[in-house]
Amino acid sequence: MYKVPGRIKNKNKETLQQMASFNKKKFRFSDWLAEKVIKAVAFLSIAVVILIFIFVFREAFPIFKMDSKSAAPTETLVQESYGGAETENSKVKTVDNKIASSNKKQTSSDKPSTSLFSNTWMPVSDNPRYGLWPLFLGTLKVTLIALLFAAPISILAAIYTAMFAKPRIREIIKPVIELLAGFPSVVIGFFALMVMATVLQNIFGYASRLNAFVGGIAMGLAAIPIIYTLTEDALTAIPKTFIEASLGLGASRRQTAFYVILPAAVPGIFAAVVLGLGRIFGETMIALMATGNAAMISMNPFDSVRTLSATIGAEMAEVVFGDTHYNVLFLIGSLLFIFTFALNAVAEFYFKNVVIRKYQSKK
Amino acid sequence: MDDYKVKVKDLSLRYGTNLALKNISMDIPEKKVTAFIGPSGCGKSTFLRTLNRMNDLIDNVTIEGEVYIDNINIYDKNIDVVNLRKKVGMIFQKSNPFAKSVYDNIAFGPRINGISQKSVLDEIVERSLKQAAIWDEVKDRLFHSALSLSGGQQQRICIARSLAVNPEIILMDEPASALDPISTAKIEELIHELKKEYTIIIVTHNMQQAARTSDLTALFYLGDLIEMNRTEIIFSNPAKKQTEDYISGRFG
Repeated sequence: MYKVPGRIKNKNKETLQQMASFNKKKFRFSDWLAEKVIKAVAFLSIAVVILIFIFVFREAFPIFKMDSKSAAPTETLVQESYGGAETENSKVKTVDNKIASSNKKQTSSDKPSTSLFSNTWMPVSDNPRYGLWPLFLGTLKVTLIALLFAAPISILAAIYTAMFAKPRIREIIKPVIELLAGFPSVVIGFFALMVMATVLQNIFGYASRLNAFVGGIAMGLAAIPIIYTLTEDALTAIPKTFIEASLGLGASRRQTAFYVILPAAVPGIFAAVVLGLGRIFGETMIALMATGNAAMISMNPFDSVRTLSATIGAEMAEVVFGDTHYNVLFLIGSLLFIFTFALNAVAEFYFKNVVIRKYQSKK
Repeated sequence: MDDYKVKVKDLSLRYGTNLALKNISMDIPEKKVTAFIGPSGCGKSTFLRTLNRMNDLIDNVTIEGEVYIDNINIYDKNIDVVNLRKKVGMIFQKSNPFAKSVYDNIAFGPRINGISQKSVLDEIVERSLKQAAIWDEVKDRLFHSALSLSGGQQQRICIARSLAVNPEIILMDEPASALDPISTAKIEELIHELKKEYTIIIVTHNMQQAARTSDLTALFYLGDLIEMNRTEIIFSNPAKKQTEDYISGRFG
């Protein structure tokens, strides 16, 4: 016979009641500590980003304040130093002061900030000019070429693995392409410099061996894994019921892929391309090694170019600390920062708002 | 020789090594409603999906036996599955309209068949929606997203969508199981209308639904076809004890 369990013994009952009493707030130390630590770490990472932001902008700012192209007089030159942000801060201050004082005794009426819009980038000549247009144009050209190369390839590859490939093949292709993301960009750059440049020159027969085209293709290689992975995720996130519905209506696999899945995944693919764009935009090492680094204004994709990021990479090591040139490089840095920030923000918000509102809000 | 639309002979289906359907044979008449009932996991949905080769999408499925539709074995090597599915439409348990407008949902089928003339599409859309008894409800919002409709309306949009490709057979996999009683009644009414022109095969958990809508009923249990007969007979005077037990709720 089933026996009803007796009442809990009085003593145990009291302790249980004590444990479960909710009339008084109980302080739980480990919970409190964990929460605070996590909070601190989160804010620290945000703070680091903001501080970098501020630092880069602060270093770029004098370019608009200065009236002279000759920034720091020779006697105030500070030994150039790299890294070590803590020590730099103090030095920067003194340099700034000296620049400020030097500004008073400037003689030339040429403002360096006006030369930013000129067509020449010649920072180390006797008459330095800091025209950013050739750099902008170069970056734009390389980015465009890279994107035109990478986006179709990675999107088609993603469609293939998501829609057509047999599971076995898919399990090989996907990790292999994703492995490409782990390739150090210097290796891709080296490959572009030594192998691709020669091969492509032999095929297309253009004049300069290293140019926007070679650089663009190499940077496209770096962007393919990003665009591919995100596109593949976007495609496989489309509910299976869509696929069944479409096939059930007598659509072929191709029709299902291009008329049902692809349109539904467009926002995700857009986000993937924008993030890939960010990668290409900020890519330095490949640009440095494979684009030829000649800052000139030309629409020909087979001319050498110099990108914004490669300019920083190449010149920051040789620039006079606190010089106008130094400030201009930081200005370029801030511009890169703003662009990538904007791109990522667009990808993030567009993706979140449009995709989720359109496809996930209803059930 | 005979007027059966669908003839199944010794059909067995395996998921990997797991035998999900065991030697099923049955004949399904034209322009009637045939209902499959049985407890969950008995293979009735799997069987339904073999009739338009939807199981091809699942890996690891092996199928033996023959399924004849209009006296053609659809598991023959030369069968064009795409055209087969145009002839044998399917409605799923969960309504699955595309994230497009109502119009584009209905026009999807005709469009993939190469119809692009606006007037023809308009006509097909209107006819299909009317057939699915939802025209009056959506005629003013044809260009609104189909996802903004209610669940019952979405399901009827799905039915209209499959009618737009002119199928001869419509497979329905628990079409009303996620719907409220009013929407369910509308779907059942619709099935009653549609059987004048289409051969309908419906899987349902709801025995009253099978009794109300179907002309024939087949009971599945653990991959076996237990009994198939006219619905009145199944529900009043079944030949097997198992059927009687199931419909009176004693097992399953």
